[in-house]
Amino acid sequence: MTDRPPTALLDVEDLEVVLAAGATTGTVLDRISFSVDAGRTTGLIGESGSGKTMTAMALVQLLPAGARTAGHVWWREEDLLGARARRVRQVRGREIAVIFQDPLQALNPTQTVGRQIGEIPRRDGLSRDAVRAKVLELLDRVGIPDPEQRIDAYPHELSGGQRQRVMIAMALAGEPRLIIADEPTTALDVTTQARVLALIAGLREREGTALLLVSHDLRVMANVADDLVVMYAGRVAERGPARAVLDSPRHPYTRALANNVPSVRTRSAIARPLPGAPANPFDRPAGCAFHPRCPLVTDRCRTETPRLRELEPGRFSACHLAEEVTP
Amino acid sequence: MTRLVGRRLLIGLVTIWGVVSAVFVVIRLAPGDQATVALGPDATQEQLTALRHALGLDQPVLVQYLDYLGDVLTLDFGESYRYGRPAMDVVFGRFPATVTLTVTAALIAICCGLVLGVLAGRRPGSLVDRAVSTVALGLQAIPPFWVGIMFILVFALQLRLFPSAGGGTLGHLVLPAVTLAIPFTALVARITRGAVAETMTESFVRTARSKGLTETQVLGGHVLKNSLIPVVTVVGLQLGTLVGGAVVIETVFAWPGLGSMLVNAVENRDFALVQAATVLIAVCVIVLNLAADVVNARLDPRIRLEARR
Repeated sequence: MTDRPPTALLDVEDLEVVLAAGATTGTVLDRISFSVDAGRTTGLIGESGSGKTMTAMALVQLLPAGARTAGHVWWREEDLLGARARRVRQVRGREIAVIFQDPLQALNPTQTVGRQIGEIPRRDGLSRDAVRAKVLELLDRVGIPDPEQRIDAYPHELSGGQRQRVMIAMALAGEPRLIIADEPTTALDVTTQARVLALIAGLREREGTALLLVSHDLRVMANVADDLVVMYAGRVAERGPARAVLDSPRHPYTRALANNVPSVRTRSAIARPLPGAPANPFDRPAGCAFHPRCPLVTDRCRTETPRLRELEPGRFSACHLAEEVTP
Repeated sequence: MTRLVGRRLLIGLVTIWGVVSAVFVVIRLAPGDQATVALGPDATQEQLTALRHALGLDQPVLVQYLDYLGDVLTLDFGESYRYGRPAMDVVFGRFPATVTLTVTAALIAICCGLVLGVLAGRRPGSLVDRAVSTVALGLQAIPPFWVGIMFILVFALQLRLFPSAGGGTLGHLVLPAVTLAIPFTALVARITRGAVAETMTESFVRTARSKGLTETQVLGGHVLKNSLIPVVTVVGLQLGTLVGGAVVIETVFAWPGLGSMLVNAVENRDFALVQAATVLIAVCVIVLNLAADVVNARLDPRIRLEARR
């Protein structure tokens, strides 16, 4: 706790999530630590199953029923994991807002988008007219044409891009200090992806809101993130400033990711899949979870789990051979 | 919305025609015609022929059918020979009592069923859920006439809290209405429980929680309305069987409604009365289903969209 940087808005310390699947339990998140600074964008990246969405949901305690958590989620000097349910509800939406992955599923099909966006201001006791004016302003801010028309539309009457803009407007409605965006562009087509991403990046700049961006898409991260947290099998593999992490990875997994994404490192137009299958957090390999797929694997990697260590100020890697990883 | 109602009305008319025809066929398939029953076993052949001629029963079946359809269209079901009055008058005279009984039972069932279903469905697998689900299953399995008889034994004969038979006062209504409501309550509770439990797993419920809503606000603001759609559909369909259940319950409690009258009319081969009552019940069921569709279209904008296509 003493080494917490004073600027950190959110500081996650040794976060653990244990899920039960039938008779077996799995530590799906194993001692996750990272921080999000005010006004910056932190990217949470990894393959599916790496625990990035689970991490995001654990911050606001929206995990599936039966999940057990340990560790600390420091939110402005306050541990949310130890906070009362009432306090957590105060934080949700009004201090930390979430933009969910698939807006068609994440929006209530039987309520107009205006009602859903205006829910927080309405519950805060604003008058009908004030709520409507605020929603119209929000719709305009997220670039929805003709807000007067759209405010009374139902989610299914909008396009995918507009639905995601509605989600963003909903997240902005509580004037949060941190927005968690969980794969905000995955459900969208490529051109819409770019526009929604530009909107999210622009909002962060204009509003000064911090952003925690969860994505499996390294190109998205390369464009938007200031800091990167690379996750593998429920653990942090590497973290640091985004440009530095992408340009000179300190973990073989990050290097493999970067080398396999066309526009970031190589000239090939198609992403090559990473060799081997992603590790299952319920059945994690001993030692370093990445060792079965790692080209640099040594005997030590098979037995000893590497701890996340600071290589240089701001650069962390959980690899025994971090110093030997070349781009 | 208008198109939705129009289309459902058209389907409803076809259904009524089907019911009317089915009644015509079934009643003539039953052994013994109206004349035999009316005149008794001692009647001479001449008397039977004369009465059959008077009732039009000596006509070819097709002619009888067309005559009958024409009568139905003008709501003229002929005279009930038992009551000596137009069948429609007799039926409408009995109708309010049945409406009172079924509406009371339906209200009890919907209120209790919704509350129990929501309590159970909000936390699937909890103690409340298991208790409600088990009791509901049990209540649905018990035959209502037995419950009715037990109620009469306990509340009417032993405790003397309510009258055992007849109609007219509020006290008379309690036992038959509760008896009729029990299986329906169990049904509503089970459907509601399933719908609420399913809605709770939806992604938009997590979104609602992410806005800092309390569980009660999530339930009332986002879960309930979405869960009501299957409930309304089932309730709309099952209100018809409630009327069917009323036939039995009315007989048990000697409730002066349509049901007990219908049972007598069938025994007496009082064609006119049976036809009038059946058509009226069919119309009620169809109107209730239509109402359920309209309510659902109000609840779910996507159904409205579908109807516009």
